[in-house]
Amino acid sequence: MILNIKNVTKQYATHKALDRVSMEVPKGSVFGLLGPNGAGKTSLIRIINQITAPDEGEVWFNGEKLTQKHIGSIGYLPEERGLYKKMEVGEQALYLAQLKGISRQDAVTKLRYWFDKFELNGWWRKKVEELSKGMQQKVQFIITVLHEPQLLILDEPFTGFDPINANLIKDELLALKEKGTTIILSTHRMESVEELCSHIALINRSNKILDGSVTDIRKQFKSDKYEIDYKGNGIAFANALWAGFELVSHEPHGDLIRAVVRMGNGAKTNDLLAALIPNVEIHSFREIVPGMSDIFISIVKENNLMEPVATDL
Amino acid sequence: MSIITLIIKREYLTRVQKKSFIIMTLLGPILMASIFIIPVLMAKYDENEVSKIQVIDESGMFKNKLADSQSMAFELDTFSLPVAKTIFDPEKHTAILYIPENVMTNASSVMLFSAKQPNINLVTTIERTIQKEIENVKLKNQGINQETLDQIKTKVKINTRTLTDKGEEETNAGLTTAVGLIGGLLIYMFIFLYGAQVMRGVIEEKTNRIVEVIISSVRPFQLMMGKIIGIALVGLTQFLLWIVLTMTISSVVTNLFVDKKQMQEQMMSRQSPLGTPLPESVEDGAQVAEDNVTASIFGSLESLNVPVLIGAFIFYFLGGYLLYGALFAAIGAAVDGESDTQQFMLPITIPLILSFIVAQSILQNPESKIGFWFSMIPFTSPVVMMVRIPFGVAPWEIILSMALLILGFVATTWVAGRIYRTGILMYGKKVNWRELGKWLFYKE
Repeated sequence: MILNIKNVTKQYATHKALDRVSMEVPKGSVFGLLGPNGAGKTSLIRIINQITAPDEGEVWFNGEKLTQKHIGSIGYLPEERGLYKKMEVGEQALYLAQLKGISRQDAVTKLRYWFDKFELNGWWRKKVEELSKGMQQKVQFIITVLHEPQLLILDEPFTGFDPINANLIKDELLALKEKGTTIILSTHRMESVEELCSHIALINRSNKILDGSVTDIRKQFKSDKYEIDYKGNGIAFANALWAGFELVSHEPHGDLIRAVVRMGNGAKTNDLLAALIPNVEIHSFREIVPGMSDIFISIVKENNLMEPVATDL
Repeated sequence: MSIITLIIKREYLTRVQKKSFIIMTLLGPILMASIFIIPVLMAKYDENEVSKIQVIDESGMFKNKLADSQSMAFELDTFSLPVAKTIFDPEKHTAILYIPENVMTNASSVMLFSAKQPNINLVTTIERTIQKEIENVKLKNQGINQETLDQIKTKVKINTRTLTDKGEEETNAGLTTAVGLIGGLLIYMFIFLYGAQVMRGVIEEKTNRIVEVIISSVRPFQLMMGKIIGIALVGLTQFLLWIVLTMTISSVVTNLFVDKKQMQEQMMSRQSPLGTPLPESVEDGAQVAEDNVTASIFGSLESLNVPVLIGAFIFYFLGGYLLYGALFAAIGAAVDGESDTQQFMLPITIPLILSFIVAQSILQNPESKIGFWFSMIPFTSPVVMMVRIPFGVAPWEIILSMALLILGFVATTWVAGRIYRTGILMYGKKVNWRELGKWLFYKE
């Protein structure tokens, strides 16, 4: 575990931002930190970055209690991000890198590598305000990763990027993951979560309501439903199902008919197929896996119903 | 390089390299030097333009009495006034001075004709000369001769001395006032100019949204102090450059265009409003007066205890700036843009302006109760104490005031630091005073 958050509570004057939140971030994972707006994600991220301190609870980094000396091992791209507009791009990147504790010479070498990679070479001496929004975002990303942090925390990293640059960043993140960097990704874009994350935690109303590996969570939320497209007689299809299977829906789909079947306890997919094959011509058969988005929405809704809070922010 | 030095370096270099800094640095001395140079040049220009005055003296009293000077020449003519008026040529003469026969009984009948409005200098000089001559004649008519007259004439110059432990010390009330006032004014200006820069710097970081990136690497307090110190160095650099450049420009220009003697006269007449009594008429021995003034100024400079003065100036200069700089930083952190700063600026500017008003009343009475208290309160002491010091302030008062200023600085920095670290992360929230009060007690 690179990060171990234990019972962290953060109280602001009028509301509790985090209420005894605990979670573990495995080393080398891409960890999705999810939750609706105002749930407490940014508060947690700020605590990990030591911008604020928790009222209660502890944060451990690589088996040590988190202190100032870990600042150089963490890279942070905040949601609200910007650069000094009047400062030159190269000089600014060097400054911010030096604040993270790496030497100027070292920073120059690394910066050249990244500027090459992101095709920013002609821009070293330009002022930030002369750069397009997308280029500024690239520079910000470079600044975040320049000091080669072990833990990278990205808050909505893809906003403001066109699809091409978003892909560029995505590829870089995967490359960093390959090198062993742990990435915490806080985002609302569920497709990036599906694509990148190996683990997630879901925060709602200051509480962590779900966490674990994506595979486990999928399993947990598995609906045991299968979607079958077939050609043949609908009545024959329905008759073929025995007690272990429940027909959820049944409707025409182009030339074919699409049926959704829920499996009963102990039933196996092969049994279902064996029952159907003699009666209809099966064109496709697949398990309906809930998307992260579905899981997110259903669990947050359920959680809000369980503990209605009148004065939520 | 430590983190805070890095921040200071950035704050300093980005500002010093700005075009506006370079322009201000160059423009400042030109403006300041022009205050010194323009009067000198104007005097030189005036001198070239000698006013030629045609005199029609019907009384016959003023033959050889109207002395030519650097700026005017008199020419006695025997035309009658109507003739003189018809043949008056503005190219040859500036004006016609008409002195009627009955000038002794009706002194207001003297007339000056000219094509353009004559300058006030010319008129007063002529007035004074005629007045004096008439007085002399009248006195003689009363049986008082020139010799007696010269004996009667008395000139009084008060030499001020303060009684101290070391005995008597010669002082110069004018110079003391000037030194105190200039010191106080500089501190006042410095706090406003560079305090506002601190505030703008913080607002810039907040609206740029770079602040969260930075404080994930450094403590908010380090960032705030780095900025305050960096800008202080910018201010000191600018002041230093201004002094050096002003002195260079002034001396180069005056050496090129103006001869020494005239410069001295110019200096002398400029110092006179500061309280050094100057003899009324120049012909009464300008040389003596000049020597007196120069001597007395140098004499009082020695009496002013320059090391204490410079030490105190630097202390109050920096102390006042640091105290207010932190508050300006807190305001910058609390608002979302420069337009929101108004409501918080007022409470900061009021003590500053007040201190300047009090400073002026202190010039009248340096030992007043008001003066004492305002030179103790850290918010007003930098300006007020600086004005008082040249008049002589008991060492315990200075030490107490300095200690209070240090305490005040620590206190405002603490308060500002707390407001700052909460404020820089608050976006899009209208903040009021109650809210700021709450921030003070937030845990980190």
